[in-house]
Amino acid sequence: MRVFAAIIVWLVLSAGAHCAARQSPPVPSSPPDPPDVAAGKLNFEGHCALCHGIDGGGGRGPSLRRAKLTRAADDEALKSLIENGISPEMPPAWFLEPEEIAGVAAYVRTLANVPPEVLPGDPARGKAIYARSGCSACHILAGEGSGYGPELTEVGARRGSARLRETLQNPAKTVLEDFLFVEVVTNSGRTIRGIRLNEDTFSIQLKDQQVRFHSFRKSALRDLKKLRGETPMPAYGTVLSAAELDDLTSFLASQKGKP
Amino acid sequence: MIRTAQRPAILLLAFGFIFWSAAFAQVPFERIANADKEPDNWLTYSRDLQGHRFSPLTEINRQNVSRLKVKWAFQFPDQRAEVSPIVIDGILYVTGPNSAAAIDGRTGRSLWTWSRPIPSDYHSIGFGHTNRGPAVLDDKLFVATLDGYLFALDLKSGIERWFAKVLEYKTGYSMTMAPLAIDGKIVVGVSGGEAGIRGFIDAYDAKTGAQAWRFWTIPGPGEPGHETWSGDTWKTGGGATWVTGAYDPELKLVYWGVGNPGPDWNGDMRPGDNLYTCSFVALDANTGKLRWYFQFSPHDTHDWDATHVPMLFDAQVGGAKRKLIAVANRNAFYYILDRATGEFIAGKPYAKQTWAKGLDAKGHPIQAANNEPSKEGNLIWPNLNGATVWFSPSYDPQTGFVYVATREIGGRYFKRETPYRVGTFFAGGGEDELPPDDAWGAIKALQAESGELRWEFKLHSPPWAGVLSTAGGLVFSGSDEGNFYALDARTGKPLWDFQTGGVIGANPVSFTIDGHQCIAIAADRVLFVFAL
Repeated sequence: MRVFAAIIVWLVLSAGAHCAARQSPPVPSSPPDPPDVAAGKLNFEGHCALCHGIDGGGGRGPSLRRAKLTRAADDEALKSLIENGISPEMPPAWFLEPEEIAGVAAYVRTLANVPPEVLPGDPARGKAIYARSGCSACHILAGEGSGYGPELTEVGARRGSARLRETLQNPAKTVLEDFLFVEVVTNSGRTIRGIRLNEDTFSIQLKDQQVRFHSFRKSALRDLKKLRGETPMPAYGTVLSAAELDDLTSFLASQKGKP
Repeated sequence: MIRTAQRPAILLLAFGFIFWSAAFAQVPFERIANADKEPDNWLTYSRDLQGHRFSPLTEINRQNVSRLKVKWAFQFPDQRAEVSPIVIDGILYVTGPNSAAAIDGRTGRSLWTWSRPIPSDYHSIGFGHTNRGPAVLDDKLFVATLDGYLFALDLKSGIERWFAKVLEYKTGYSMTMAPLAIDGKIVVGVSGGEAGIRGFIDAYDAKTGAQAWRFWTIPGPGEPGHETWSGDTWKTGGGATWVTGAYDPELKLVYWGVGNPGPDWNGDMRPGDNLYTCSFVALDANTGKLRWYFQFSPHDTHDWDATHVPMLFDAQVGGAKRKLIAVANRNAFYYILDRATGEFIAGKPYAKQTWAKGLDAKGHPIQAANNEPSKEGNLIWPNLNGATVWFSPSYDPQTGFVYVATREIGGRYFKRETPYRVGTFFAGGGEDELPPDDAWGAIKALQAESGELRWEFKLHSPPWAGVLSTAGGLVFSGSDEGNFYALDARTGKPLWDFQTGGVIGANPVSFTIDGHQCIAIAADRVLFVFAL
């Protein structure tokens, strides 16, 4: 019935358009309905918030509370990204109707208008704490440091401050899938711990804390442990004071990458 | 170096060979029906009409497979090739979306190519631009196109002999499967189960392209099974038929899998069992009339198409030899039926599932609690892609095992309202699948007549590649991470692997070139051919 109803509506509308064309210059077609931001918010909370945070402030996935989204230059790109995902880290929302995707995209754009957080710490003091805590032994920030852990050059754009503080206090809780810590024991009894770089059914590649690459055939391993919930990063919650954590969080939150 | 006196004899021999090979390149149905008589070739999608994807070749075997090497590679113009090649007397025939090619098996160089533009307003709804292979019969190659045509190409030149319009793509239909050549007819199925189509299976006269019959998978008013739909829901009921079936030349029955009902995840919009979705149907090859059906997932709300290659074999069941048909279904149960009658014989889960407590005496699922998509999302195993999907299983008559590329993955299923609009997505929900490291895959060896697990080989992630077994005692398959590998068919022990560098989402085949066994697999946009 819906098909027939749709055809009838189309016939009526197109007949109307023909009549109008005879009597007066063509009228521009009415613009499409604006996206439903409220519906977009609901879909965001149902499908996106798990990674991007209930308020879009980031979590497992990046914060979306910014005007410029790295991977979505314009609204069309954003809608396409929501529909198709980013393999493998972001699942596609192919099951949403085009209007629903437009609604989610419109809601994500409103997140840019959220006023920036006022953080309690002092970024200048945080910079000094970053330097003396040895963070650059594992992280590259603005081109300086060692590339064992994640790059921090734009970590303030990718992660909300709550997530940053949580990672400093207890990094094991926030380890990302592409920084899985593993331990392998070779058939000859050698043990190596490192971050997994790649894995398939027959082989695994990792890098150790000295940023040396290792590649193993799984048949040459006596044991392969995925150390879920572990990370080579120390938990700074017991090393730094609450004020120092605020300062360091504030410094990291200010790292927004290139303009 | 050849002495002059020998030349006439050699020339005669050469002419004789050319004439012989030209005549032999004709592929009458008898050659396909007797596939085991010519293991050097691969003449139909699954090599035999029984859906076995088993090669009787033994040159590559457990002892020497570790020496397997790339012979040549062929680059397709499109990504994610899913083709299962046809091989006739040293020539490979491959397809892509709206394209086909003949490739010299010695060198990997193309002999002809054919393509047809994809219309700019064509959309694949719920799947990618792909094609899973051609069919051959007599002197023609048959190719189904995304925009709904069945083309018959001249085997020797790729030039079009005839075409038939199977469907109208603007209403959401499409074709991606390899056609099935039976005696005098070419059978095709359609895609579009996420677009509110009404599915069908068609047969065309192989010589002329005239339609021989059509079987609608959603019965119309007055037809048996129509009562399992309410109101007009049958008009948009889905039931796509997008994977190649099997054929029993003695019973003259075509066996074909039918896909999900539409909309996929909102069952409230289509109360009833929704026949013949998620079923196997057995059709009279001459008339297309339904002989029997068996519905695996009545009133499906998880997108668990029964679009699988059916495996036909005979085995002892309860002291008597029975003609059987078996399938490892997307819903995570393995089923064995009588292929003459459709009678349920046995069934059991072969992968993790949380939707059913088991099967009753007739093979109907005993529903578990909390197994429906919901507004908030409901975590259910398997996920919407199922415990296995379109890629082929293999039946090995030597071990009596069925090998299934298995996906161990759950998903959080959602339900939502969805209006039907012609030629658009009509799904009524969706899913969030589990993160990669919470899912895994396996090649599982099941006892064919019982479904008992004999061995399993674990894979890093849920696979998208089919399985080939060979009389050399080997099982070949591929992984999402690009591994193409061989296992011991009796034990599952890995014996060889090769990193192709591309996602493998295709079915392997085996054949000979110049008398030596080859194995072929597509990985992303490259077709690799391996030999010793």
